[in-house]
Amino acid sequence: MTMSTAQDTQGLLWEVFVQSKPGQPHKHSGSVHAHDKEMALQNARDLYCRRSEGTNIWVVPASEIVASSPEDIGSFFEPSNDKVYRHPTFYHVPEGITHM
Amino acid sequence: MTNQEALVNYCLRLADNNLILGHRLSELSGKGPFLEEDIATTNIALDLIGQASSLLQYAAEVEGKGRTEDDLAFLRGEREFYNTLLAEQENKDFAVTIARQFLTDAFDYFFYDELKKSADARLAALAEKSHKEITYHLRHTSKWMERLGEGTEESHRRIQDAVDNLWRFTGELFEMNEVDEILLKEKIAVDLNVVKIQWDKLVAEVFANSGISIPENVFMQRGSREGKHTEKLGYLLAEMQHLHRAFPGVQW
Repeated sequence: MTMSTAQDTQGLLWEVFVQSKPGQPHKHSGSVHAHDKEMALQNARDLYCRRSEGTNIWVVPASEIVASSPEDIGSFFEPSNDKVYRHPTFYHVPEGITHM
Repeated sequence: MTNQEALVNYCLRLADNNLILGHRLSELSGKGPFLEEDIATTNIALDLIGQASSLLQYAAEVEGKGRTEDDLAFLRGEREFYNTLLAEQENKDFAVTIARQFLTDAFDYFFYDELKKSADARLAALAEKSHKEITYHLRHTSKWMERLGEGTEESHRRIQDAVDNLWRFTGELFEMNEVDEILLKEKIAVDLNVVKIQWDKLVAEVFANSGISIPENVFMQRGSREGKHTEKLGYLLAEMQHLHRAFPGVQW
């Protein structure tokens, strides 16, 4: 890594996902530095969950995340607009259904 | 000594521990070993100062002489503070900071758990709230004891040195005097002999996991119950109190 030497003393980079309420999905909140799993969890709590933001935390080493690259935009994400049946637009969501 | 005087002194003892240790930790704000730990340490400082604030408010109310929580924090002299000698010791390096905090957290964890059962409803409620925060502090510092103890040769040497230097201040944590005697009868105070048994066990466990040895044949320093302190406290108070004393009644 060509970053500054600070990388060496701060530990690994971890991505933090926080669940705001039971049943809700974990959402990406940011990242923290830490030298081990427990430290990552505690640092995440100290940075992102001191004000009742969540009920559960996941921390994942940033290096373990597999990401698509910008060049994949076309083949990955542009839907075939001619195939309208792929889009969920032909039915109504009943009232009272949330988190869709 | 009346029951009221005993209760005021008891509250001051607890409040001063939190206030002085919280101030010590706050000295590190912006100077932590790395950003995340800086924030963690500052969070603990904030928790401690918050606990001190509630306890000082209660002390002021029980005393009933019209003094406020700020008067108690900023206008008492060194000999009127009852925090432990351990709480006022300087940060020095990160190992000393962590060792001082761990030894305190281990004490507070069992102390406040017992204080939840206090016959004084206000203290019991404060204990309930504080104990949650302390549980987290203890988790944080006991992990650091392990990391430093089992880390590099240097980190091991530093944490063992820190423990060796601070151990002489751990005896008086469990000292009881007339104040405790009066309040134990009222079922308000905590029996520190009970806390000692639990503290000994936990400290031995964490030290064993961390490869840290318990110092032996140490002469125990004492004096804080009578307001006698090490030379460190005066300097801390000068810094903590100077603004309030220079600008009486200042607000922001």
